[in-house]
Amino acid sequence: MATEKIIMAGFGGQGIMSMGQLLTYAGMIEDKQVSWSPSYGPEMRGGTANCSVIVSDSLIGSPIINNDATASVVMNLPSLLKFEKQVIKGGNLVVNSSLIEKKAERKDLNVYYVAANEIATEIGNNKVANMVILGAYIELTKIVSQESIVEAMKKVFGPSKQHLVELNKEALKCGAKEV
Amino acid sequence: MDKVLMKGNEAIAEAAIKAGCDCFFGYPITPQNEVPEYMAKHMAKSGGVFIQAESEVAAINMVYGASGAGFRVMTSTSSPGMALKQEGISYLVGAELPAVIVNISRGGPGLGSIQSSQSDYFQVTRGGGNGDYRIIVFAPSSIQEAVDLTAKAFDLADYYRNPVIVLGDGMIGQMMEPVEFYLTKNRTLPTKDWATTGTNGERKPNIINSLALVSEDLERHNYKLQKKYDEMEEKEVMYETHKMQGAEIVLVAYGTTSRITKNAIDSLRESGIKAGLIRPITLWPFPNKAFNEIPKPAKSILVVEMSMGQMIDDVRIANEGRLPIHFHGRPGGMIPTPEEIVEKAKEIVGGAK
Repeated sequence: MATEKIIMAGFGGQGIMSMGQLLTYAGMIEDKQVSWSPSYGPEMRGGTANCSVIVSDSLIGSPIINNDATASVVMNLPSLLKFEKQVIKGGNLVVNSSLIEKKAERKDLNVYYVAANEIATEIGNNKVANMVILGAYIELTKIVSQESIVEAMKKVFGPSKQHLVELNKEALKCGAKEV
Repeated sequence: MDKVLMKGNEAIAEAAIKAGCDCFFGYPITPQNEVPEYMAKHMAKSGGVFIQAESEVAAINMVYGASGAGFRVMTSTSSPGMALKQEGISYLVGAELPAVIVNISRGGPGLGSIQSSQSDYFQVTRGGGNGDYRIIVFAPSSIQEAVDLTAKAFDLADYYRNPVIVLGDGMIGQMMEPVEFYLTKNRTLPTKDWATTGTNGERKPNIINSLALVSEDLERHNYKLQKKYDEMEEKEVMYETHKMQGAEIVLVAYGTTSRITKNAIDSLRESGIKAGLIRPITLWPFPNKAFNEIPKPAKSILVVEMSMGQMIDDVRIANEGRLPIHFHGRPGGMIPTPEEIVEKAKEIVGGAK
């Protein structure tokens, strides 16, 4: 891995920002260079949400991803339409097929369809769909290990939410099996 | 201490608390809201005071009061809020009060947008307040640097008895990067024997004031202030140079823009164009020295800003007419891309040959 530039996108409430933060934190735990930048605006629950994560072996210059994403992870249809085109040739596109019926148009990407919401519901909570798709993404790229993401959860979730770590861990595992 | 992943705004707030900030006064405005949010949560725990003022004007005047009483004080805001604080800033300087003022700037003029911008350069380096005054302005380009400079800002404010501004664009406030907090004590600070801490009936009262009706007195006061500005210019200049050796084109950028510029420099060098960067870390005092040391092969300067060109004035002064100066900027909350910068640089270099 030299530099992974990932766009994560969906609607507010899907845990897009947390998914990006966990990936960033996990990269930091593995002593990689990392940055996380959110899109921010006058937005609300149900509005669009996306963040850019960079994980690299070398120092990060610009934290902004500009049509040079190595991967897009899209959780809803508007995100697919917007971010499919920002991935470089040969990059990865991970699509939440639970909410997106449309197929990717580009033929020069590695496209993976993960029914993140169905899988999340099967293991007990629809809300962990973000961890299912994150599990799939890190399985394809090996950019960070599942263990580091779990470590990151312990730090990011705070003491009151430690009981949720197991479920999220399970979601990562199920996601990894999908690719 | 271990590295932690933090948003720029939160990291600045934590750095202030670690630097011994006693009081925070502020009024909400995007994109700096996480600063007061963090302060509201953590100030009381560290024995400090957090007050959400009724306006930016009130906040800066609370800063004046608390600083006059000898406390370490901070306020933070974003561009239109910074405009409202200008009168108070001039009064702080006049009364020789230390304070740290954070501006996480956004697009203007007017209410503008909430997206990242650098169009407050004139406002922070020239000031909107009245009178002869100068303020050290730090412009960090990473979260770690924002943390380090915030801590340093408190020391410099106390040392000079003058406000210090930390200017971050919206990206610096909103993005997350790993940071480490370590305490650096690099200068001995004078005791605040001027503060209004109560006389106990043992000394004459201290007076905090910026009014001096006798012109001779005010002239003397201005000479005294000027001496401090001279010392700041002599001692506090900070800048970074990047790949300047043999550079034929010198890019100048600060804050987030300097990082985008570094990407552009890498791709220019890949295509055989030797480009380098001067990154001012203090916007005032401006690093004129860096421009005296530009290597011989350099034929032109390209200033890149998220504005219509404000720092370009200082670059002109520092350049002393030696090299032609070009500009590329995106205003209004738009962020320049490395490709745009590369294209502009190629156009300049091509034209020079």
